Amino acid sequence: MGKTSLNLRDTIKAIVRRHLLEEGGIAMGQCLTAVGWVGGTLPELYEKDGMIELSMADVANGGFAVGAALTGIRPIYVIRYQGFNWFNAPIIINYAAKSKEIWGVPCPLFVRSIAMEGGIGPVAGSSHHSLYYRMPGIKIVSPMTPREYSSVYDSFMNDDDVYYVSEHRKSFDNKDDLSDVIVHQPQICLFPISITRFAALEAAKVLKEMGYRVCVYNILWLKPLGISNEAIRDLKISGRGIVLDDDYVDGVAKSIAFDLASQTGSKLSVMGLEDRTAGFHPNVDNLPPDSQKIVERVVEILTQKGAY
Amino acid sequence: MPLLDETKIKIFEKACFSRAFEEKAYELAQNSTIKMPIYLSAGQEFISATLASYLAYNSIDDYQIFIQHRGHSTYLSFGGSPEALVLELLGHKEGCANGMGGSASIQSRQAKIYGHDGLMGSHGPIAVGACFANKKFTLCFAGDAAAEEDYFLSALGWASTKNLPIWFIIEDNNLSILTEKRVRRNWEMADVAHAFKMPSIDVEDDPSSIWDSLTPEHLQGPLLLNIRTNRKYWHAGAGVDDPDQFDRLNCWVNLYGSDVIDSARKDIDGLWAKHL
Repeated sequence: MGKTSLNLRDTIKAIVRRHLLEEGGIAMGQCLTAVGWVGGTLPELYEKDGMIELSMADVANGGFAVGAALTGIRPIYVIRYQGFNWFNAPIIINYAAKSKEIWGVPCPLFVRSIAMEGGIGPVAGSSHHSLYYRMPGIKIVSPMTPREYSSVYDSFMNDDDVYYVSEHRKSFDNKDDLSDVIVHQPQICLFPISITRFAALEAAKVLKEMGYRVCVYNILWLKPLGISNEAIRDLKISGRGIVLDDDYVDGVAKSIAFDLASQTGSKLSVMGLEDRTAGFHPNVDNLPPDSQKIVERVVEILTQKGAY
Repeated sequence: MPLLDETKIKIFEKACFSRAFEEKAYELAQNSTIKMPIYLSAGQEFISATLASYLAYNSIDDYQIFIQHRGHSTYLSFGGSPEALVLELLGHKEGCANGMGGSASIQSRQAKIYGHDGLMGSHGPIAVGACFANKKFTLCFAGDAAAEEDYFLSALGWASTKNLPIWFIIEDNNLSILTEKRVRRNWEMADVAHAFKMPSIDVEDDPSSIWDSLTPEHLQGPLLLNIRTNRKYWHAGAGVDDPDQFDRLNCWVNLYGSDVIDSARKDIDGLWAKHL
């Protein structure tokens, strides 16, 4: 497994700095220059440098970013909690994502949408990329490593589409590449998204020690779906898979599971947030599947009658 | 500078051309040649005709326009291709919005008009964002109902905060479909703009009144221009809500004669005939 010198937080910060100071771009959002600089992912720059503090009007702010994107300035639009997309998404989805198709006018916008977990209640917690997933004209990606983030930014700068970049604060300290786990004759394949990728790799280690043959194929590109030929091959071999997500399962996870099942004839299941509202107290929180839960589910599936 | 007679004639010509276009579109929607919802701007055409002439008079040519869904007269007055609009209403790929936008989402890159996505008032913040990014003089057209959207109001606030060169043109026909303004709210857009520390003007759609209310200084910063007008036809489609409604164009035809509108009707008939 490779490692980079900068962690993901500092990588994002360096990319934003370059975007503003060398690429002529801007970054827009709420409370960007406040203490913390959005989890330390922003350089200490100000409006004169292209770091644009917006008002607290979320819906309009999405529109401001879209308007700036129409002019070709390639804004990075920062949404500090993914749940805030319920207000921020409408104009991004309905204008920016459709502009090229309807009018032939590209509207390249880089939406940095940040998830976090634990004790932040019913709106601000977890990922909400499913909110965008059902609509056409947008690319959705969830980088968890410095190298992935850099590749996503490079892709955006050579593209004219709207990018929804589903980040997770728990990955910001990460320096490691997250490689796929490929085993011979797998019994099951895991397809983790966002922060569940770390848990899936942990679970795969535990399951290996238990004697199970488990593949892990990381999903970086949610839309268009990036799945390797090797993943399809191993899913066909194993006949079993689980899509893991940091969002509610009635969204991206089930859609990808359906696509993979249709493509391979395999049985896919999903794990993500439970279908209930999260509360603030740990007793009532709603967290993505951890490694232990993944292990339990895999064992349950593989010990079912008919599994081999 | 008062509105000169020669400019009045230009405004009248633009208004007549828009009216002739809408009359023909009305006819073709009634006989189902146009097979999509249409949002006709007849009755409101003097607004765009006057503002287009005002910008031309002040040599403002590096501008951008964010149009509302009822925007045929804006599109035509600011130089959008009539033929591309015809093709759009017929659903052709060569239409001004690739045959996808229909009546409500027209655009013209050549005329610097951005399309509207159909989400009421969304172009308010979009216009402000574009103006912020490139600092071009920007016109944002909206109906009195779309202007009530919370994000449209927020857009006024940020435009004022950033002192952007953007004019919000509220085409105030008093109606949201058929719900009158007094039912929906007890405030006026000009007052809201004033509260946001933005200059605002509330005026009838008489070209001289609009013209006289404007100064070249207004071109330097944000302005809200609430223009009271009348929608001649239905909210969508071909029909008339009130046959006795005031029609400013008739007054001007009485004043200047019918040659201009007759000529425009002939041109529009010819334009459509090429594609039907």
